[in-house]
Amino acid sequence: MKARVVVTLKDGILDPQGKAIEGALKSLGIAGIDSLRQGKIFEIELATNDPTAAEGVLRAACEKLLANQVVENFQVEIFSIFASGGLPEQANMSEENITGT
Amino acid sequence: MKAAIILFPGSNRERDALRAVEKIAKAKPSIVWHGEHSLPAGSDLAVLPGGFAYGDYLRCGAIAARAPIMDAVRAHARRGGLVLGICNGFQILVEAGLLPGVLMRNANLRFICRMQHLTVERADTPFTSHYAKGQVIKVAIAHGEGNYIADAETIARIEGEGCVAFRYSDAQGARDRGANPNGSVNDIAGIYSERFNVLGLMPHPENLIDPLVGGIDGRGMFESLAGFKGTPNQDTFGHRSAGSNGGLE
Repeated sequence: MKARVVVTLKDGILDPQGKAIEGALKSLGIAGIDSLRQGKIFEIELATNDPTAAEGVLRAACEKLLANQVVENFQVEIFSIFASGGLPEQANMSEENITGT
Repeated sequence: MKAAIILFPGSNRERDALRAVEKIAKAKPSIVWHGEHSLPAGSDLAVLPGGFAYGDYLRCGAIAARAPIMDAVRAHARRGGLVLGICNGFQILVEAGLLPGVLMRNANLRFICRMQHLTVERADTPFTSHYAKGQVIKVAIAHGEGNYIADAETIARIEGEGCVAFRYSDAQGARDRGANPNGSVNDIAGIYSERFNVLGLMPHPENLIDPLVGGIDGRGMFESLAGFKGTPNQDTFGHRSAGSNGGLE
């Protein structure tokens, strides 16, 4: 089972890196971007195929290390992979939207 | 006094801390590897030195804060032992939950390495008894992530309880003339824990102990530590007699 954890800065937290990236995009002439905030993505392979167990593992990983909840939120997406016709495909993206507070 | 300097992979100021602790605080220092599970018996002070522990991967201090030795450092702090986190050590302390808040990227996105004036906010702690309240000192700063923030409630508590240790200022102690190098809230350069036995600060007092390098304003901290009366025994903490703890709480 695979999962993706997205860690972003909480609203209201100054994001100087995001501001710099936003400025760089403007200087490249890419118009139409009102604001930009940057974050981190973690792509994770899980030993379990049980979404509930996976959610528990990922929540612990986020709370204990991946996100600093003083300034960051996290979101977890768990991908259930079903084999169909011999080829694995992403049949169901079960959304586990666990947002840290 | 006995001091343990914690060494993480990527620490680089441990020798500076060791020299200051040995020469000025007159302590017997030892270097303790982060993979250890305990501090040397009888340690009064644990120092988390500056550097780039674990290459600042994930977030500054994040991985070091979860190293095995940190449980021992937490236990040491709980029983009233002194903990000093300098620069990267401060970042590790906030990640480890020993101090509140977090150190974000400098507001101007630059690594800043220069001399900086600070005001000493209180002179009644084990770290600052050889300074005067309001004294302006000049020490080095060298960091890319020193922009201290916490939620409004935490900042109000820190300010209300007098837990701010140092603030960035100019040479006259003024804080309203662009003296803040990194955008830190309320010009905070260092903070204490609620019991004043844990101090984290971004500047490097350990580097200003010898006139050879252009100043000795960092000495006061280590002279203060030299006067520390010893860590209260774990079993008696909370019931100790007054004056046995070097002015904690």
